[in-house]
Amino acid sequence: MIEFRDVTKRFDDGTTAVNGLDLVVEAGTITVFVGPSGCGKTTSLRMVNRMIDPTSGTVLVDGRDVSGVDPPTLRRGIGYVIQQAGLFPHRTVLDNVATVPLLTGWTRRKARQRAAELLELVGLPAELGRRYPVQLSGGQQQRVGVARALAADPPVLLMDEPFSAVDPVVREGLQDELLRLQAELDKTIVFVTHDIDEAIKVGEKVAVMRTGGFLAQYAPPAELLTRPADDFVAAFVGKDRGYRSLSFVDSSGVEVAEVPTVAEGAPVESSSDWRLVVDAEKRPQGWIAPDASVVPGGSLYEVGASIRGALDAALSSPSGLGVAVDGEGRLAGVVTARQVLDVIESRRG
Amino acid sequence: MGDIGKYLSDAGTRAALLDMLLDHVYLSLVPLVVSVVLAIALGWLCHRFRPVNATLIGLSNVVYTIPSLALFAIIPAVIGTQVLDPANVIIALTVYTTALLVRPVAEALAAVPAHITAAATAMGFRPLRRFFSVELPLAVPVLAAGVRVGSVSNISLVSVGALIGTGGLGTLFTDGFRQRYLAPIIIGIVLTLVLALVVDLLLVLLRDRLTPWARAGERL
Repeated sequence: MIEFRDVTKRFDDGTTAVNGLDLVVEAGTITVFVGPSGCGKTTSLRMVNRMIDPTSGTVLVDGRDVSGVDPPTLRRGIGYVIQQAGLFPHRTVLDNVATVPLLTGWTRRKARQRAAELLELVGLPAELGRRYPVQLSGGQQQRVGVARALAADPPVLLMDEPFSAVDPVVREGLQDELLRLQAELDKTIVFVTHDIDEAIKVGEKVAVMRTGGFLAQYAPPAELLTRPADDFVAAFVGKDRGYRSLSFVDSSGVEVAEVPTVAEGAPVESSSDWRLVVDAEKRPQGWIAPDASVVPGGSLYEVGASIRGALDAALSSPSGLGVAVDGEGRLAGVVTARQVLDVIESRRG
Repeated sequence: MGDIGKYLSDAGTRAALLDMLLDHVYLSLVPLVVSVVLAIALGWLCHRFRPVNATLIGLSNVVYTIPSLALFAIIPAVIGTQVLDPANVIIALTVYTTALLVRPVAEALAAVPAHITAAATAMGFRPLRRFFSVELPLAVPVLAAGVRVGSVSNISLVSVGALIGTGGLGTLFTDGFRQRYLAPIIIGIVLTLVLALVVDLLLVLLRDRLTPWARAGERL
């Protein structure tokens, strides 16, 4: 658990980066600090491991006031992932990951063994360990950054805009990977970003901060979308928040209906119905229109996943029927947008 | 050419040449090593304390403009050594080479990206260990370039020391001019050039050994 008690940070130039912050980061959760530049999110993060000391107030990690702990010792017990990974260019990937174990006095052999385990944990092939950071892609470097932060198995992980320097597709992969790792490792993670979509995706709780170092709202992401505390939060959360909040509603109440199917490659004739093409494993492959032409399908959603996916599947489908699949990607049935909206309306009840 | 063959045929001359060569190596490389250490220390000061930076860089520029012969002559007066003491040459060349190296060292340290030093701090490096484990290794390519210039400059400047009689290959030039005899002058030039090339080659090998990472990007 990390606790900020009335924490204020004023810099020498007179700017106030953090203003009377009172906030508790629960153990074992991912908490995101999000806000525009100058809102004090990175400053707040860096007060946890004493990269910055507060002007007034107290920061506690697991009940212990950090101001009483020798900074390098404190930092070795707190993982840190920095923007652009911050890997040491002159050290191999394996030695980068082994950094903290080596600092805390492990033997080189044991530290490298641990580093190899961590590369595997973050999904990197062992042979990458011998390379230098410059020989890795941006996404791979970020994974190494995460592995390095986890090397000494710290209970707390600080992540400072860790995925902001990679392209959107890679970023999404890294976010999924972080959520998978967290399910396995159960760390207390503070994650800083300026990207509200990232905050909503990875955060179990999100602290929205405002320029001048004020905490505007601290709530689970669904609540930010449905009940923003003020105009600033509403504007920051952005457009389509009604639609985006559906990400936090599960689709289990939406009944799926049967749909006529056609085996892939089988001959077709015109008919009054839309028919779904499925392969031998019953995985949807596209639609046959009433005039017998083949039309690519819309998005698919997994039964029980968010209702936003169900609605999108229905809206993006050429037939107006959203296709639901099971965990293996096999056809489970179809839904209409009307059905999905009825479920949303009834939940509002 | 016949002159050179005759000159080298004498065993005593050959032994004297070897002595001069070894003197030359000693007089040029000791200052190089000492000044690398000094430049790292001063470069760190420049990097760490901004006001020191401007002062030291300015001072090093001034020092480098003092003529070498003048410096060789002034040093005994300043530190009380004998006029012919080889220490004069060693100290003078150390001053020059340090002046030459401080700036690139300070610049190389300043060029280490902030997110890398921040990462090192966040991992729990103490400042001194961070300097030697992260910042200094990253400054090696720039430092090596400076050291190569310094080595060539030292090897040529040691010859000037012969004018105040401190030994080394420069003695061949003073002797050759005095006796109006070309052979020792040519031998002196060739040996100086070969020495400079060999030292430079060794420095390149040393640099490559210290910085395999600097060329890793090319092997992608």
